[in-house]
Amino acid sequence: MRRIPVAGTAVGLVAALVIVLLHLELSNYHQGLAVRVGIYFIAILGLNILIGYTGQISIGHGAFMAIGGYTTAIMSADHHLNLIATLPLSFAITFVCGLLVGIPALRLSGVYLALATFALAVSVPQFPLKFSKFTGGSNGIRTADIPGNSWLYWVTWGCAGILFVLAWLILRGRTGRAFRAVRDSELAAASSGVSLPIYKTLAFGISAAYAGVAGSLFVLVTNGFAQPNEFGVLLSLQLLIGAAVAGLGSLWGVLAGAAFIGLLPTISADAPLVGSSHGQDVVFGLIVILIMLVLPNGVVGILARLGRRKHA
Amino acid sequence: MTELARKLRAVTQRRESAVSTGVSIPVVVIIAAAAVFLVIGSLSSSIFAQQTVAGLAQGAIFASLALALVLIYRATEVINFAQGEMAMASTFIAYQLTLWGLSYWAAFFAALGISFVLGVVIQLVVIRPVQHRSVIAVVIVTVGLFILIDGLVTWKWGADLKFMQAPFGNTVYHVGSVAFSRQDIGVLVVSILSVILLGILFRYTKLGLAMRAAALRPASAALVGVRVNWMLAIGWGLAAVLGAVAGLMTEPSQFLQPTMMQPILLYAFAAAVLGGLESPGGAVIGGLLLGVFLNLIGQYVGFATSELRLPIAFGVLLVVLLVKPNGLFGRKQVRRV
Repeated sequence: MRRIPVAGTAVGLVAALVIVLLHLELSNYHQGLAVRVGIYFIAILGLNILIGYTGQISIGHGAFMAIGGYTTAIMSADHHLNLIATLPLSFAITFVCGLLVGIPALRLSGVYLALATFALAVSVPQFPLKFSKFTGGSNGIRTADIPGNSWLYWVTWGCAGILFVLAWLILRGRTGRAFRAVRDSELAAASSGVSLPIYKTLAFGISAAYAGVAGSLFVLVTNGFAQPNEFGVLLSLQLLIGAAVAGLGSLWGVLAGAAFIGLLPTISADAPLVGSSHGQDVVFGLIVILIMLVLPNGVVGILARLGRRKHA
Repeated sequence: MTELARKLRAVTQRRESAVSTGVSIPVVVIIAAAAVFLVIGSLSSSIFAQQTVAGLAQGAIFASLALALVLIYRATEVINFAQGEMAMASTFIAYQLTLWGLSYWAAFFAALGISFVLGVVIQLVVIRPVQHRSVIAVVIVTVGLFILIDGLVTWKWGADLKFMQAPFGNTVYHVGSVAFSRQDIGVLVVSILSVILLGILFRYTKLGLAMRAAALRPASAALVGVRVNWMLAIGWGLAAVLGAVAGLMTEPSQFLQPTMMQPILLYAFAAAVLGGLESPGGAVIGGLLLGVFLNLIGQYVGFATSELRLPIAFGVLLVVLLVKPNGLFGRKQVRRV
């Protein structure tokens, strides 16, 4: 039953090789960009498990990134914890937070869940302002060490690799089948013995934990600063958009989605019409709407469609 | 009455009684108790009275934006996440018109007209093609609109604070020991007036009847000759007008900047959910209740500082969704299996 997927392993090895080789080729600045892409990759991977595989929408994953980011910043600044050690801690804390959010989310679906998670994204950045004794208020809090881009590159893509394999392992087996069954028909899943509460909250927990690790790395790449306005509502919207570009329910498309939201701001910064710093949002919004109008299944959707046409 | 209008009315009424929001007795009791509490509190404490009036003024803004959301939700079961940003853009348009020399109120009404057209165009161009796809697809399109509008406005006008002429002046009225600002009263009157005018449009005009029919029974409405797609587009236009009113009434207290409507959008969500998401009257009452609640809790609960206003609104939204998902005035959802 369980064959080792040759093609998948090969692609994975090639990807790992590309990551290693790229590190030699990229300048410091480009390594920074690659780190950002890696961070979005992790966050979108998690979001995709939730939206694409269990059909629960979240417009609030920026909130989990905030929790992860503040975990790293506080643990490093106040408790001098090694930066690497803060990552599993973020994973664990945001996993629990995700479960806690997932429990009320059990009773919500569709637009109601979208509303509630949007409200979560808007609300969470307010807490650092309220509890400024621990979080530095609007000035933010800074980690004790500030890693360089090369270090970040290895750590980010290392995490991305581990988390990708983890996602693949979760999704290929029993759990993944249960997730997809929930997405396709909750009623049918429940009557085949899939426990809806367990799998739906589990999906929330896992995807929040991914966002938490991404948030920790996000803080490290912004010079170690955790600030409330970095985790504003736009971040959550960007993640959702990255997931949409990726094509919901596909693991490989995630890289395309991450590259899209990680690189577009840099690429469009030189575009003639929108040279100013805010023009990129215009391009961003336009492209998202166009993708949804023209390519409903994301980038992977066209590839799949092309592939099918070839064989037909 | 023409034959057509009679048929239309029959279609609409049958459906409206089927989805009838059925105001339950406990809800009436709760709202009446809240009203009595506010009146008694206002009579016994002047600070309470001031906070109540200011809360009603803010609540009226939430109510207009919540009503805009409800209008669209009722017709197509879509939440427009860009509603707040559209309102913000309308306010910037009014600002630009005053820069070009229009008086405040001329700019106000011109901006409403422009917003109507923009709302219709947005529905026709980007919403209609995805309307029949999944909820997630439509949500993502409105999120795209959110970012697009945000980007356009920041690109054109910049992110720094801007100021318009104060529409109601800075006069403060004194009634006994209670001080009411003319601005609060003005905001309250304008917002409530726009809600009432919209109610009249829906209740007493043929266009309103056709729109209600298109929203509630699209297939039957189409059979008696309503152009359903146009009605949905006009619905988006009217929602944009209500949003513009909310934006313009927010400006005197928050001033003009691209992020001005983002918190208001959350309050409007909470208000709409409190009212039941399908009930226009519920959205208005929900908005007013939320506005007063946030102000009073900020005044009397020391822990609830201004940073916690948004989380508190989120709490209200969550509690309503968990305890009474159909809100104060929503209908019970019965799903056949």
